[in-house]
Amino acid sequence: MIGIGFVYLVAGSFFAAAAILGTVDRRWSNALFHALLALSFFAGDRLGDIGNGILVLALVAIATSGRMKRGEASTAAAPQGPLLALALVIPAAALGGTVLFKQMPARVDPAQATLVALAVGALLALLLCHLLLRAAPLSGVRAGRRLLDEIGWAAIMPQLLASLGAVFALAGVGEVVGGLIGRAIPTGSIFGAALAYGLGMALFTVVMGNAFAAFPVMVSAVAIPLLVHRYGGDPAPIAALGMLAGFCGTLLTPMAANFNIVPAALLELRDRYGVIRAQAATALLLLAFNILLLWWVVR
Amino acid sequence: MLVLSGIAVIALGFLLRFHPLLVIIVSALLTGLAAGLEPLTVLARFGHAFNETRYVTAIYMVLPVIGLLERHGLQERARTLVAGLKGLTVGRLLASYLLFRQIAAALGLTAIAGHAQTVRPLVAPMAEAAAERQGAGADEDARADPERVRALAAATDNIGLFFGEDIFIAIGSILLMKGVLDGYGFHIEPFHLSVWAIPTAIAAALIHGTRLWLFDRRLARRPRR
Repeated sequence: MIGIGFVYLVAGSFFAAAAILGTVDRRWSNALFHALLALSFFAGDRLGDIGNGILVLALVAIATSGRMKRGEASTAAAPQGPLLALALVIPAAALGGTVLFKQMPARVDPAQATLVALAVGALLALLLCHLLLRAAPLSGVRAGRRLLDEIGWAAIMPQLLASLGAVFALAGVGEVVGGLIGRAIPTGSIFGAALAYGLGMALFTVVMGNAFAAFPVMVSAVAIPLLVHRYGGDPAPIAALGMLAGFCGTLLTPMAANFNIVPAALLELRDRYGVIRAQAATALLLLAFNILLLWWVVR
Repeated sequence: MLVLSGIAVIALGFLLRFHPLLVIIVSALLTGLAAGLEPLTVLARFGHAFNETRYVTAIYMVLPVIGLLERHGLQERARTLVAGLKGLTVGRLLASYLLFRQIAAALGLTAIAGHAQTVRPLVAPMAEAAAERQGAGADEDARADPERVRALAAATDNIGLFFGEDIFIAIGSILLMKGVLDGYGFHIEPFHLSVWAIPTAIAAALIHGTRLWLFDRRLARRPRR
């Protein structure tokens, strides 16, 4: 059955190719960084937990050495060929593939349908680009390597933050924070409880970078004991609005690196926090809206 | 309480602009030690989680296509497209993209767009071209900085995704809510959770849409040279 393994094979092959091209271009640190990523994607399951931990330490050591080079400036040619149509191949394949693969659960893992479709789309688009644009054989991987170097070590930050979340969970950070917030609420105030829950979801998400980690903690600390049991609120909207308040927090934190930091690198912004600055006003107003709606639902 | 030391490390480390990856590693180690775990146990847990979350980093497999198309002039082509659409402004372009992203995400199609797939190659250059036509970048006004326009394009993608996806019943967050509530004895259909994402989705469209409209107005109001 085709599943996540296929996706990792495609991604790993790109990292391996980037490592080889990096070696050829004498960008040693970048090449080593991408070679380690390729190793993780090809053989991560066989390295063992400690082995993977050492791999992470090696990646971080290279990243912090300051020896990784930025991508070289590139010049774009005058536009020719069906570029916009080719740019839509990946989104279209992701859409069509997801729908199609869900119909064939025996061949493609339904849980991974979208990622598999995305990988197929990336391969298909690359093939079509080479055929229709008559690009030199390695030019695609070379251009991809340049973009990857532009993103640099920020590429693995989301994965590292997710792993930090796992350590936080193991250490019971959530319960401690939840307990603190639970104690901070004035008794008898429905608005106070709604505020603590909504704000707590957002703040905890800012710290963890992920509303999923905050949700079980805030539900057990505030939503269930106060909003549902004491004030008789309906659990469905309380859960949904709390999660959405958490999403407002996601828009405000560098911890949500794949949404906030990686795009800043990808769009070559000088300000690492430029994306967060651009969405902060929307996030704060929406957070206020969610808290008010929460209060109105429970009241 | 000691386990919160890791959070302090993160906050201070990011604030003082230490290397973010180093900050994360130190925070993990300190949190683990404060909770009485062996350093090797922390390393193993971290390594295990890193291996389990590789799918987050897999998205870079689209970069060869994006890079190749850009070298053949994709961004220029996207700009030409904007030039042909009279009356298209940054605000209108991004507001349309916001609605498209929200509706697609509400139908469960979260991966058909994104920062690597659509924002960098298409939306950001189109937005920049529209802003230039509106007179941005012609003076030192920080608001009209092309960087701000690109950042706004990325922000719009995030907002559209976050406040659309929860309307879809089979998305991860809805399943998590159902699972957690099941644990407290409340058995709720995913549908009842996803309807409650609709008011916030509308509010997000109105709030962000208004901000985009104001952005257009600010561009128009600046004295032109």
